[in-house]
Amino acid sequence: MPEPVADRPYEPVIGLEIHVQLATRTKMFCGCALSFGEEPNTRTCPVCLGHPGVLPTVNAQAVHFALMIGLALGCEIAPRSLFHRKNYFYPDLPKGYQISQYDVPLARNGALGDVRIHRVHLEEDAAKLVHAGASGRIHGAAGSVVDFNRGGTPLVEIVTEPDLRSAAEASEWLRLLRATLRRMGVSDVNMEEGSLRCDANVSIRPAGEATLGTKAELKNMNSFRFLQRGIDAEIARQEQVVRGGGTVTQETLHFDPVTGDISSLRSKEEAHDYRYFPEPDLVPLAPTEAMLSRADDALPELPAARAERLERDLELAPETARLLAFRGELGDFFEAAVAAANGGGDGAVAGPRALASWVTVELVPRLGDTEPTESPVTPEALAKLAGMVSAKAVSQSAAKQVLDVMAIDGGDPEALIVERGLGMAAADELGAIVDGAIEQNAAAVEQIRSGNEKAIGAIVGAVMRETKGRADGGEVQRMIRQRLTVDG
Amino acid sequence: MAARASDEALSLTAAAAVERIAAGELSGAELFDLYRERAGNEDLGAFLWLSEAAADVPADAPLGGVPLAVKDVFCVEGVPSTAGSRILHGYRPPYTATAVERLAAAGAPMLGKTNMDEFAMGSSNENSAYGPVANPWDRERVPGGSSGGSAAAVAAGLAPWAIGTDTGGSVRQPASLCGIVGLKPTYGAVSRYGMIAFASSLDQCGPLTRDVTDAALLFRHMVGCDPCDSTSLDYPAEVPLPTAERLDGVRFGAPPELTGEGIEPGVLEVFNRVRTTIEELGGEVEDIALPHTAHGLAAYYVLAPAEASANLSRYDGVRYGMRAGDGDLLSLYEETRAEGFGDEVKRRIMLGTYALSSGYYEAYYGRAQRVRTKIAEDFRAAFERVDLVLTPTSPSVAFRLGERTSDPLSMYLSDYCAVPMSLAGIPAISIPGGLSDGLPVGIQLAGPAFSEPRILDAAHALERAVGFTGEPWRA
Ligand SMILES: [Zn+2]
Repeated sequence: MPEPVADRPYEPVIGLEIHVQLATRTKMFCGCALSFGEEPNTRTCPVCLGHPGVLPTVNAQAVHFALMIGLALGCEIAPRSLFHRKNYFYPDLPKGYQISQYDVPLARNGALGDVRIHRVHLEEDAAKLVHAGASGRIHGAAGSVVDFNRGGTPLVEIVTEPDLRSAAEASEWLRLLRATLRRMGVSDVNMEEGSLRCDANVSIRPAGEATLGTKAELKNMNSFRFLQRGIDAEIARQEQVVRGGGTVTQETLHFDPVTGDISSLRSKEEAHDYRYFPEPDLVPLAPTEAMLSRADDALPELPAARAERLERDLELAPETARLLAFRGELGDFFEAAVAAANGGGDGAVAGPRALASWVTVELVPRLGDTEPTESPVTPEALAKLAGMVSAKAVSQSAAKQVLDVMAIDGGDPEALIVERGLGMAAADELGAIVDGAIEQNAAAVEQIRSGNEKAIGAIVGAVMRETKGRADGGEVQRMIRQRLTVDG
Repeated sequence: MAARASDEALSLTAAAAVERIAAGELSGAELFDLYRERAGNEDLGAFLWLSEAAADVPADAPLGGVPLAVKDVFCVEGVPSTAGSRILHGYRPPYTATAVERLAAAGAPMLGKTNMDEFAMGSSNENSAYGPVANPWDRERVPGGSSGGSAAAVAAGLAPWAIGTDTGGSVRQPASLCGIVGLKPTYGAVSRYGMIAFASSLDQCGPLTRDVTDAALLFRHMVGCDPCDSTSLDYPAEVPLPTAERLDGVRFGAPPELTGEGIEPGVLEVFNRVRTTIEELGGEVEDIALPHTAHGLAAYYVLAPAEASANLSRYDGVRYGMRAGDGDLLSLYEETRAEGFGDEVKRRIMLGTYALSSGYYEAYYGRAQRVRTKIAEDFRAAFERVDLVLTPTSPSVAFRLGERTSDPLSMYLSDYCAVPMSLAGIPAISIPGGLSDGLPVGIQLAGPAFSEPRILDAAHALERAVGFTGEPWRA
């Protein structure tokens, strides 16, 4: 690394290593069902417990999901990828080795957005160790127990090239990856629960340099917030080291989200020699044409492409398009509403932009934790309600009252409007109310006449109160002006 | 049953006993009891565990209930399965090996578990944590290994037939030293599921029997693809029982690399006699080069220990078997493995760990893999010219107990002729070719992958012509 210069700007270089637990029915190499918080050691068999004489067999669904991921990330799929044994002793590793992929991974050389994908490979998860005692770690624990339920869960490891330049960028990109994987239905991608885990390789270099600095590996940050804070803290630490004339050493680091401290897990010098060698119990993984086309056919429209389409074809604002695309089920709800509006036939219909606003601004907060698929408001009902607003059959504010009801009990918006008398006030009724409001707001009338246009708001407000929102604000203003001009 | 009648039943080959049972002249349960009693009184050290009673076998089961001795390397549900190691003392598997299950389903119930070199690592059975096995031909001598218990049990008439495993000769070499038939099948022909692994890319389960027909019959019911073993394959057709009496037109290749230097004179003498017998039966024997087989043993002692070093990592005291140490994780690992493994196993774990270490991988493991490929190519080329390769099974007859225990290299040389076929994944049989100084000498026939029917046929013709009548237990 060149001489440190006090005021020279440094540029962070970040690559991510992501582990994704696949949502298969069974484990990677045995027939045990995946575990979701069952009693410890109830999802085990001789194979995933590493009994003598057992052999692994590859889970076809895991391969299918991994191929989908490889294809979704635009990777080249290896015609014959190999499983290797990664050897090390630890109680959460029943065989004393992890079956993983090494020099010939399932897929490589892809990209998601602006970030290149180095490789995608399949492996098995370790079991869960629980340490009794204060330290919470194996050293100094009063005792440790192993729960093998998680052991053997299929994992896909995705490794990016070091193409990210800030913690925020890394976090944003990981959100895109998560949305993509969720859309494909291959994983729960829940960081807190560990079905999506992210390590970051962080280095810094003088801005504009092409060479890479020495990287440190930041382990297992289990939320987007921690990921961002961890990377920021590590960038700051490295800058401090370099500006102080020191050099960054290659090591594995643990970020403590509570204190914000970074501590060393192990340095390169004491790194494991994993003694990788080809797993003799498995034959090479050679996807057939049929497997590849089946994986390809199973790919839905992915979030990045969807956001682009919503923006381009439906003229949504970029942020709205991204929101709908990244939350796939919300996007599905929205597109169903658009379809319902377009199929509605006669009468004014709500356009996609208006519908997007009804979905993202009005419906989402009303649903709270309820998933869009469970929404009491159907896409058709929302389209109908929005259409009635466009047709001026109901005012915006009355429609929102109707939506309040629908978000709890569902129902047909038209019937609710009739039942609750929330339809637009008829012309003669509205005329009488406007006349009454002018009469009761003499002061405002005076101000308007003397040129203060803003005073009209008081009279409009009175009309809206009287009609309980069953009038269109613009129409009310027009009527007030007309009357004051005529009178004057 | 009168003494003479029981002697008569015990003298039957397994195939002959199956016929008697099918004809209603003998029952599987009777036969089981006869062998159970003999095995219960044996003093060779062949058995480690015996079944209490015969399982119910229908008389029309293809193997009729003829009991089977099973090498202790096979997991059997609820039955002690130690692989000859202290580290698995008291271990009772929760499941049964596919081969054992298939044979039981075909009507060969398990008679008992036989002694073996620890984790199948050895050529004399002296590496068993449960004591050595005596060779029934001369109790001062070893039965060979690692399937020494199975070979001795069959040779001594303690069992009608047995299964063992062959990684680099562990079925063929003890068969040779005990004067019986041992078949190492094509890699992938028999499921490895439930076989406690030594070297996964080499391990194969094979029959040890009194004659070639028995080997074919047992083999017929072992083969087949197993969904639990990704490396297993469907056998191309049902294995026929051998019928050949002549060898007309069959071409044999004798590789100078495996039939010259290093082979005991007495063994060579028997080998050359068998060569002549082949020619008398109408076969042709020519010299054929297998140039890379000379490096077979060296490659084997890199590859097999490398795989073993990983396969044996699971014995850590955490989940089953022996546990030692003071409660600390490192001492759990160190003490359990220090006390649980014998010297030869430790030696191979260290060899294998070294061969896989970063910086050494290419020089050892990578190079050994290339030698392995070359040896397979040698055989492929040979089988373009000849039908079968002919060698002695082992360079020597049974050696004395203790003779080679302090010299691992001389022990390893005992598998010099057997290892190349294992590396190539091809089938090979050992049949008795005669005696040298009163001790049996095995002759090995090897063929291309899935050529067991051809090998068995040739072995059958040769067996009849040689007329070997070694039945030390009857003496
Ligand atoms: Zn399992």
